[in-house]
Amino acid sequence: MKAKGMNILFAGVGGQGVLLLSELVAQTALKAGFDAKKTEVHGAAQRGGSVTSHVRFSDKVYSPLAPLGKVDLLVGLEKLEGLRWTHYLKEKGDIVLNQLVIQPAQFSEKPLPYPRDIEAFLRGKGYSLHLVDATAIAKKLGNIRVANVVILGALSRLTDLIDPSLWSEAVREILPVKFLEINLQAFQAGREMG
Amino acid sequence: MRRFLSGNEAIARGAYEAGVHVATSYPGTPATEILENLAQYEEVDAQWSTNEKVAFDVAYGASLGGARSLVAVKHVGLNVASDPLMTTALAGVGGGMVIVNADDPGMHSSQNEQDNRYFAKFAKIPMLEPSDSQEAKQFVKLAFELSEEFNTPVLVRSTTRISHSKSVVELGEREGVQVREYQRNARRHVVPIYGKLWRKDVEERLRRLQEFAEGFPGNRVEGEGGKLGIITSGTAYQYAKEVFPQTKILKLGMTYPLAKRKILSFIGHFDRVYIVEELEPFLEEQIRSWGVSNLVGKEVITNIGELSPEAVLSGIAGKEIRKSYADQIEILARPPVMCAGCPHAGLFYTLRKLKVTVTGDIGCYTLGALPPHSAIHTTFCMGAGIGNAFGLQKAHQERVVAVIGDSTFLHTGIPALIDIVFNKGITTVVICDNLTTAMTGHQPHPGTGKTAKGEPTYAIDYEELIRAIGIKHISVVDPYNLKETEEVIKDAINLGEPAVVISRHPCRMLPEERSKPYVVHEIDLERCNICNLCFLIGCPALEGYGERPTIIPERCVGCGFCIQICKHDAIHPVVTS
Repeated sequence: MKAKGMNILFAGVGGQGVLLLSELVAQTALKAGFDAKKTEVHGAAQRGGSVTSHVRFSDKVYSPLAPLGKVDLLVGLEKLEGLRWTHYLKEKGDIVLNQLVIQPAQFSEKPLPYPRDIEAFLRGKGYSLHLVDATAIAKKLGNIRVANVVILGALSRLTDLIDPSLWSEAVREILPVKFLEINLQAFQAGREMG
Repeated sequence: MRRFLSGNEAIARGAYEAGVHVATSYPGTPATEILENLAQYEEVDAQWSTNEKVAFDVAYGASLGGARSLVAVKHVGLNVASDPLMTTALAGVGGGMVIVNADDPGMHSSQNEQDNRYFAKFAKIPMLEPSDSQEAKQFVKLAFELSEEFNTPVLVRSTTRISHSKSVVELGEREGVQVREYQRNARRHVVPIYGKLWRKDVEERLRRLQEFAEGFPGNRVEGEGGKLGIITSGTAYQYAKEVFPQTKILKLGMTYPLAKRKILSFIGHFDRVYIVEELEPFLEEQIRSWGVSNLVGKEVITNIGELSPEAVLSGIAGKEIRKSYADQIEILARPPVMCAGCPHAGLFYTLRKLKVTVTGDIGCYTLGALPPHSAIHTTFCMGAGIGNAFGLQKAHQERVVAVIGDSTFLHTGIPALIDIVFNKGITTVVICDNLTTAMTGHQPHPGTGKTAKGEPTYAIDYEELIRAIGIKHISVVDPYNLKETEEVIKDAINLGEPAVVISRHPCRMLPEERSKPYVVHEIDLERCNICNLCFLIGCPALEGYGERPTIIPERCVGCGFCIQICKHDAIHPVVTS
């Protein structure tokens, strides 16, 4: 019998706020009474490299890394980064994918094209795709940096293990007061997308 | 009170709760946050030292003086501190001394993935291996007690996955620990003369530590019985527990010396026992040396890279590990790049243009080895570049330039520069001075004029120091000025005498720099002939190589490199009315 809980893999590009997003989710899960663990790999953050973070919550979590094939939800803040980690998902797992393309640095004579039709590919593999144009929504709200909190809103709809009121509680506690208003709006906007 | 802490935060908290008085370190991923967190506590005298050896010496001196002290290093940092480390077992401690060592399996941010558990055995000091943040805190506190009880420094061994993973920790109060009395004791502390007297003591201590290990609750058996048993430690324990929750596991929290009787007794119950350990067969080799034969270890659990739950499952149960979809759809690599406006970008653009061989060193500037710069040809460890350049020139009389950062130069570059003057070399050394220790997160160093606690202090005058070493040709140039940088470096190389060029401009990501106003640039496609020269600066704001060069406005910081490179006057600051 599987214990109640979730394995979430967050992926994005350095600077997008992947670790802040995973922190918000981990803190919310703790508020909901679960045990939680979170991974971070530092170094690439400032320099435009790939950033991933695993968040696992359950009544008792051992490995901070979600086992390959056991991730329930993949959250891609950028399309290529979402694609990169898809093989960690369980069969028919959920993907929340931000509709953002950030070209990786390529300096060869013949740069390779950014993969096309990522959405079709992912659907073809049987995953449940939830597309969110979080960056556009954030821009409309007035600050591109709240895109990750838009995503938080969107993903909050995908689990009933966490009382809905707890998400914004975590946002209030963790985000700086001067950005609270716009972040709460971002969260709402994301939630309405679902 | 419960908090969600990273292993590093928990380690700092553990030292704080244990009443630590003095903490030293040098920045190095994945250990850096330990000292950063300790510096937040008013009660702790926490400092960045010039390098890990000095950090160790200072912490050890404090310990001999009766204070509880801690030194935190990454794995290769312990190499730098290994000279004093290797003599501490003979001399003993005063106040408890804890050495926190953070390994990097998988080399996420390091030049190798050496397994520093061997250092504990090599140095004949005890070692604890926590498996999560709560244990990290607990083990640091225990380490101080063990250190004082057994009169030895204690190694607490973490890894990236422990240091940078967050889990729940129960906080405690700070113990009020007095600094012990210091008594001069040349017979114990002047080791080259008296050390032989204490050799037997060291071996006797190890025997007593092994007895302690036999009864240590951190070495414990979990799970139900079966034909199969697992022996494990550190992060590997979490993976084993994840994929084999029912199996009987002997979790070792103290991994040197080993609880030999406990381990042999455990093994005796099973047909087969798996040793699940990350990196080298440190546990396995010792256990095998006791004559055990029903063991399986590195035959199925790799010593290359990080472990994972699936690697453990696959190794023991033979299940195949699913691969990424890279063979079905093009998953492009995303290499790290220099930040937009990085002063090093200007320097390496220039070095590439000058077609010189460049020996590199460790820091943000190491990124100069990647395309499009491809301007660094060797990099090994901290402070190696200058000596490497001198040696390379002895073998091949060709133009070689050594590059080294401002913090790295002070760390271990100075003796190498002295060597060049002393031994009549002609090498050109470029100091990539961005006024901070950037790669690890902008820590201060002796050249920046600030301490770990943010207090003002003396800032090294590089020019004066280098002059005193005997270098006659010292120039300072702003790498944002490409033309001048090229002239100055060319002159230095052609001198036929040793020279130092200081390429000095603040790191663009420093808060003071980021808050300065700037004007975003744009490309006029009417004038652009798609020569792609601007891409040679490696700016992350530039896209559309070979097709439609574009500057992404959100990423541009108005540094002006592209304008200097463009020969067609196609790039301009955006004019806002």
